[in-house]
Amino acid sequence: MSDTVLSSASVATRAAGATKRAPAPKPGTATRRKDRFHRGVGRWIVLAVVGLFALAMVAPFLLMVINAFKSPADYSGGSPLSLPKQIYTDGLAYFWQRVNFPVKLWNSIWTSAVVAVAGTLLSLLNAYAIGVGRVRGRAWIVAVFMIANMLPQEGLIYPLFTMAQRVGLTDNPWSIVIIFTVIQSAFGTYLLSSVLGTFPRALLEAAELDGAGRWQILWRVVYPIVRPTMSVLAIFFFIWTWNEFFIPLVMLTSNDNQTVPIALSSLQGDRMLDVPTLNAGALVSLVPTFLFFLFFQRTLTRGVTAGAVK
Amino acid sequence: MHARTERPSRRRSRSLAYLPYLIPGAVCFTIIILVPLALNVWYSLNSWKGGMSPMRFIGLDNYAQLLDDAKFWASFRNSLSMIVAMVIIPTLIGLVLAAVLFDYIGKHFGSRTAATLRAMYYLPQILPISVAGIVWNWILNSQTGAVNTILRGLGVTDPPNWLGSTSTALGSVMFVLIWIQIGYPTVIFMSALQRVDPELYEAAELDGAGWFARFRAITVPQIRPETFVIVLTCTIAALKVFAPIYVLTRGGPESSTLVPSYYSYLNFFDKSKVGYGAAISTVLTIVIIVIAGVIQVFQNRSARREEEGR
Repeated sequence: MSDTVLSSASVATRAAGATKRAPAPKPGTATRRKDRFHRGVGRWIVLAVVGLFALAMVAPFLLMVINAFKSPADYSGGSPLSLPKQIYTDGLAYFWQRVNFPVKLWNSIWTSAVVAVAGTLLSLLNAYAIGVGRVRGRAWIVAVFMIANMLPQEGLIYPLFTMAQRVGLTDNPWSIVIIFTVIQSAFGTYLLSSVLGTFPRALLEAAELDGAGRWQILWRVVYPIVRPTMSVLAIFFFIWTWNEFFIPLVMLTSNDNQTVPIALSSLQGDRMLDVPTLNAGALVSLVPTFLFFLFFQRTLTRGVTAGAVK
Repeated sequence: MHARTERPSRRRSRSLAYLPYLIPGAVCFTIIILVPLALNVWYSLNSWKGGMSPMRFIGLDNYAQLLDDAKFWASFRNSLSMIVAMVIIPTLIGLVLAAVLFDYIGKHFGSRTAATLRAMYYLPQILPISVAGIVWNWILNSQTGAVNTILRGLGVTDPPNWLGSTSTALGSVMFVLIWIQIGYPTVIFMSALQRVDPELYEAAELDGAGWFARFRAITVPQIRPETFVIVLTCTIAALKVFAPIYVLTRGGPESSTLVPSYYSYLNFFDKSKVGYGAAISTVLTIVIIVIAGVIQVFQNRSARREEEGR
């Protein structure tokens, strides 16, 4: 939820929850537990209940997938629950061409990637001054960044809109890049500052004795150690930016500049489109986020364990 | 003596030396967050159609008008429904799910099973909101939707127009929001439970405490910090909610699902009442900051009480 619903969530806690595994119990206790737990049918009932609930949660996806591959005639002839008679891909192809999907995909990829990189770098610079440099008033600075993360985007959008007009960034994906780099880095600064606040002083002093300047310390000592945390941040910035809706909706008006979510929502109310095509569009639009998430599970794990050691 | 006078000044110069690292962040932050925020407040004190049209200072007239605007009040009443759908119900369900998955399924069927189920609950959280919007719009569609097709198949002659009638639209939107939100508290609560010392549970078990007694006496109090994080982030998200409303109902029918953020968007870009829209978003911003502050105070008080208790 994507969207801003999550953007204020704690990366650390979410990622930790998504990746950590419970430690394996000692062999002795495990067998003892097994004996006690592996009795009765009660546990199967509980499993069935939570399993059915999980099935209900993914049911909309399953419905979407089976209906994305139906022909319009197949859809109107049968029930939404029935499997497609044959795999029909014209709906996918039609959606692909109608919204000019490759262009939207590319817009989403590069804006999200630039925000992920620029946002984490900006967060690192801020956090270096706040966490390692311990600049005065740092508690206030962090508080101000946190407020920025909570603000409703509606309270910024019209001024941002007019400012973009002034500098000629109307309907330009760079406006999205600039805005989200700053908004995401507000959260990144908060998280990285708390990580860097406990950075081992001995390491810094040793580097200073070796004659390293602050710039060198940042890149040779601090950056290698927080890189795993930064890659977690980058992945979340990427997904959050990818899923952003409100600001891209307002800022990107022409077809060639839109991102995937905006292109998809513009299909709504399009009377020309049949249900299978709509479902095909939803399916195609969800695949990149889904793959990205699966692909980076491992980085997430590594990053979180590194961040947790701090 | 000499060392004493030198140290503070050295420390201050050290702190000043890190200030340059804060400059890029401060500049970007000022341009993208602080200036627009101030401009938005300024717009709210004006009558303005936007763009090149003249601006006329009218003081607090926009705010006075808000007091008599039934739609404005309706939008904030709906915010309460959003809080029920995005904070209260998901947190309660998430708490139960996390406890059952971690404490029961995880121990009876292995952490693999628990992790798979958790991933299924979390799925709605990672997809773009426009995908959820497309899919649910179709599922709940009165004519071609999956729900009503099934209902008709079961012999219901006149199934409700879920998103299209004033009596069911708000409830339907709330249902979709609950579906989107459940995964978030579940994942965070599960990672919180891993933090809880298993000896507490073992001791309680030896004392003869049943599953529910342990849940109430150990689980709930131990994960209080995470509960606060969830309540804080989700409440803010519920007050800010925009994209789900935009993709599901656009505030309709007859303002029955109107929320403040969507109402300000309407005034900005639909009705060309920029000053009025700015007043709404300013009020929303203030409400969010106040509520976040109140939750924070409660959190601090609870944390302090816990420390004193120990």
